[in-house]
Amino acid sequence: MGTGGATSMAALGQALKASGTAMATVAMRRVDPATRGSLLDVLDQLGIRALPNTAGCFTARDAVLTARLGREALATDWVKLEVIGDDRSLLPDPVELLEAAEELVDDGFVVLAYTSDDPVVARRLEQLGCAAVMPLGSPIGSGLGIRNPHNIALIVQAASVPVVLDAGIGTASDATMAMELGCDAVLVASAVTRSPDPPAMALAMARGVEAGRLAHLAGRIPRRFHAEASSPWAGLAQLTPDA
Amino acid sequence: MVPECVERLEVSVNGRPELVAAGTTIAALVSTLTGQATGGRAVAVAVNSEVVPRSQWASTRLAQRDRVEVLSPAQGG
Repeated sequence: MGTGGATSMAALGQALKASGTAMATVAMRRVDPATRGSLLDVLDQLGIRALPNTAGCFTARDAVLTARLGREALATDWVKLEVIGDDRSLLPDPVELLEAAEELVDDGFVVLAYTSDDPVVARRLEQLGCAAVMPLGSPIGSGLGIRNPHNIALIVQAASVPVVLDAGIGTASDATMAMELGCDAVLVASAVTRSPDPPAMALAMARGVEAGRLAHLAGRIPRRFHAEASSPWAGLAQLTPDA
Repeated sequence: MVPECVERLEVSVNGRPELVAAGTTIAALVSTLTGQATGGRAVAVAVNSEVVPRSQWASTRLAQRDRVEVLSPAQGG
């Protein structure tokens, strides 16, 4: 889960607990003595690992520096890399993203790269050594779900690293769809934190992810243009005499 | 209040202009900012866009016009 958008630390804690997640992303921001420490305390109490991210960065330079600061602060090589190209859509800037990914991988980071649903960029990120690719379903916080399921399926098919659907999930069925498409996980923030009932939605997400994963592993039936009866034609009684 | 006989440095800390006594270390600055003598957990510092590791805070003194960013994890992401 992401930790942004919650109305209070208590509400966030309840939602995180209900979600059953093992990892939560955190942003790196200027120290504010008023709220210092409480977020990590909440994560520690729940046994949730903090994953620093580079949210708010528009350039590779800023993202690399932010990642290094996150590594310093949290003593982890893991980072969610996010480099934004436009402050209204919050869509990633692929040029800056690839540059930052390359530099961070070289510097020993375990890079989980937030990216668009473009399979070509996803492949390049993997080739650079990213530990996971995290394509968006739709813009951050938009709740528009998975706008291009075909592209997500293409990314999943080509990837040898985990694929995490990250951004745009609006409700539980979006998370289920992501898992049915073959994603290894989803990352959700706003759909939970901004829901009218965050813990309830967090639980729904957990169940949705589980359902989608089970369905994916079970294997779906193909889509047919016409019907295929599930009841046999053989053994039918003749209930109306021939004319 | 810093006495007149002590040289003061103009630096910026988290975007705010500050006057600090010459010789002030990063460690001292962070502990003042966080209200914790050891600086507190999960804090990272950059001076002029370079990370200064915690192990160097006590031995790194601020210089005139240094831009200091003191960050810690916050809700987001």
